[in-house]
Amino acid sequence: MPDATVVHDEVVMADGAKMTARDVDVFYGEKQAVDKVSIDVDSHYVTAFIGPSGCGKSTFLRCFNRMNDTIDIARVGGRIELDGKDIYDPKMDVVQLRARVGMVFQKPNPFPKSIYENIAYGPRIHGLASAKADMDEIVERSLTRAGLWNEVKDRLDESGTAMSGGQQQRLCIARAIAVDPEVILMDEPCSALDPIATARIEELIDDLRGNYAIVIVTHNMQQAARVSQRTAFFHLGNLVEYGGTEAIFTNPRADRTRDYITGRFG
Amino acid sequence: MSLGAFALVLLALATLSYVAARARARAFKVDSHHHVHSRPSYHGLRAGLTALVPAGLLILAWGIVGDGVVAEQTLSQLPEASRPAPGLDKQAFLNEVRGVVSGELPAAFRPAANEAVPIYRSTQQSWTLLIGGLAVLLALIGGGYAWLRTAPDVRARTQVEMFATVVLALASLIAILTTLGIVLSLLYESLEFFSRVNPLEFIFGTQWSPQTAIRADQVGSSGAFGAVPLFWGTIFIGAIIAMLVAIPLGLMAAIYLTQYARSSTRKILKPLLEILAGVPTVVYGYFAALTVAPAVRDLAISVGIESASSESALAAGSVMGIMIIPFISSMADDALSSVPGAMRDGSFALGATSSETIKRVLVPAALPGIVGGVLLAISRAIGETMIVVMAAGQAANLTANPLESVTTVTAQIVQLLTGDQEFDSAKTLSAFALGLVLFIVTLMLNIYALTVVKRYREAYE
Repeated sequence: MPDATVVHDEVVMADGAKMTARDVDVFYGEKQAVDKVSIDVDSHYVTAFIGPSGCGKSTFLRCFNRMNDTIDIARVGGRIELDGKDIYDPKMDVVQLRARVGMVFQKPNPFPKSIYENIAYGPRIHGLASAKADMDEIVERSLTRAGLWNEVKDRLDESGTAMSGGQQQRLCIARAIAVDPEVILMDEPCSALDPIATARIEELIDDLRGNYAIVIVTHNMQQAARVSQRTAFFHLGNLVEYGGTEAIFTNPRADRTRDYITGRFG
Repeated sequence: MSLGAFALVLLALATLSYVAARARARAFKVDSHHHVHSRPSYHGLRAGLTALVPAGLLILAWGIVGDGVVAEQTLSQLPEASRPAPGLDKQAFLNEVRGVVSGELPAAFRPAANEAVPIYRSTQQSWTLLIGGLAVLLALIGGGYAWLRTAPDVRARTQVEMFATVVLALASLIAILTTLGIVLSLLYESLEFFSRVNPLEFIFGTQWSPQTAIRADQVGSSGAFGAVPLFWGTIFIGAIIAMLVAIPLGLMAAIYLTQYARSSTRKILKPLLEILAGVPTVVYGYFAALTVAPAVRDLAISVGIESASSESALAAGSVMGIMIIPFISSMADDALSSVPGAMRDGSFALGATSSETIKRVLVPAALPGIVGGVLLAISRAIGETMIVVMAAGQAANLTANPLESVTTVTAQIVQLLTGDQEFDSAKTLSAFALGLVLFIVTLMLNIYALTVVKRYREAYE
């Protein structure tokens, strides 16, 4: 039996958080990847999930927009709510859920379409813009927020796959923003990028913080310290400790957190 | 003694050389096995091959030129008056002589041929003895030399490996050379054809009636070689009707199998679909001619089209389309599954449904691969013969009505070349010209399709 999660007072919500997870289990076939994890994530904060490879942090992240549904053998138990509504409820429509909870992946995955069409893809399938002018505006606004507009405004019809890795990842963030989500999940968004591109993405995350609840999975502890206000440390499928980022890094309370932060394992 | 018997002797000698050389190699006195370059069996193989190969090549060469040499020598020994005229007469004469010598004919029809038989027989006998003896001598010298030269420092393994490489390279060359030979013979006969029929008329003419009369007074002696109706029929059946059936069905099958089917369903359905590709085309031909074609005709008549033919482009084309389905679905399956899973995830994460993801992301991303597959399928369809011979008919109609009978390049080639034919008439030669056109078109389609598919694969790897 693992130790109970250490939760710092500063991250306990008085009233309902944007998303709450309660006793979430994830099984891949017989293997349990996430074990009874409970956590709240809220708007205006960047929440970082850290932990060694295989600790279940990415798997857990993928529960928040039900991306595990696409994996045949994955089974999710427990309860996850968005604004107090159970997202695994049969009445919850996964299409609408994913419009509200966007995701950015580890490797930039722009569609093999033009930059414009990459951004317009989401708004189009959700019917967000009827006129061309509206769509143009969404594209410009999304690219501007993602800090990409000035670089690409003259070549919107070029292929999204022809850009540099860092630009591709910002395009993917812009694509997620374009459907106007409330939560953005980022699964190691910088692990395929060089340090300069990484720095730009980190700045971007900081800029976006005001408007969304952002959850970022990373196994780069410095990155977690730089971009997040709250940090959750996962180990072997358990949530070990959850608290303010500064407290977690300077004054961890659980032994396993301290060992990981100080480089004893991981 | 026949050459076959000599070949057996050669094999025995080679085996002997192998055993002897191996035994000799085993008896090497060396301080450590590190100092021996090759194991004894390699020394054995080296000796065996040295005995067998030159002698074998000699017998092979004689097998190719021998008959000609014997024939010429026989003819030169005949008195001037009994010699046949060169050309066909000589061929027929020699065929009779050989028939008698081999025992297939009791006697020849021509007295001169009967006269030649004993000469031929004795000439053949002495040549066989000479060549066979020479071969055995070569084998003895080769085997013996190799046996004597069997020494620890001989690099037998390297030599045997090199021999194996050469044999393998030759094997791959044979396929290429055969193709080249086919092209050359097609080209040669086609040039012969085009010396009688204007190439422009062949390629742009719209009248196809290859029946040329043998005598001048026969009706219909003109012979028209405008191949446009054939090209059209081929395209109509293979590239239009068949593809109208095969592309949607094949693509939808591939989408279902890659995106919707559970892996257990896929495991059953995919092989079943691929079995379709293994059904001999003649079986499809039966199906088209006996089941589909009458059904199409009856249906057409029941809706008031009295002129419907029992051999129709629609019947042949739709059955050909069915035949092509597994081909297209398997190419499309490959193309769809090689689209990175990240594309799918990216689309799903934006709230797209499966069908939106397939329509807007997966199919566009896989399109080059799918197009390549379709081009390969077209090239296969227009070269397909059996179904059209059985179900499409022989009438060279230039029509866009799918209920009428049309004919294709392949069906015409079959018709032109079956039965007794004179091989110097424009009618027969036209089959080669048609074959050449078909060959060039399918070759170009294949090359283009393969480059498309290849470029697409590189993009994702």
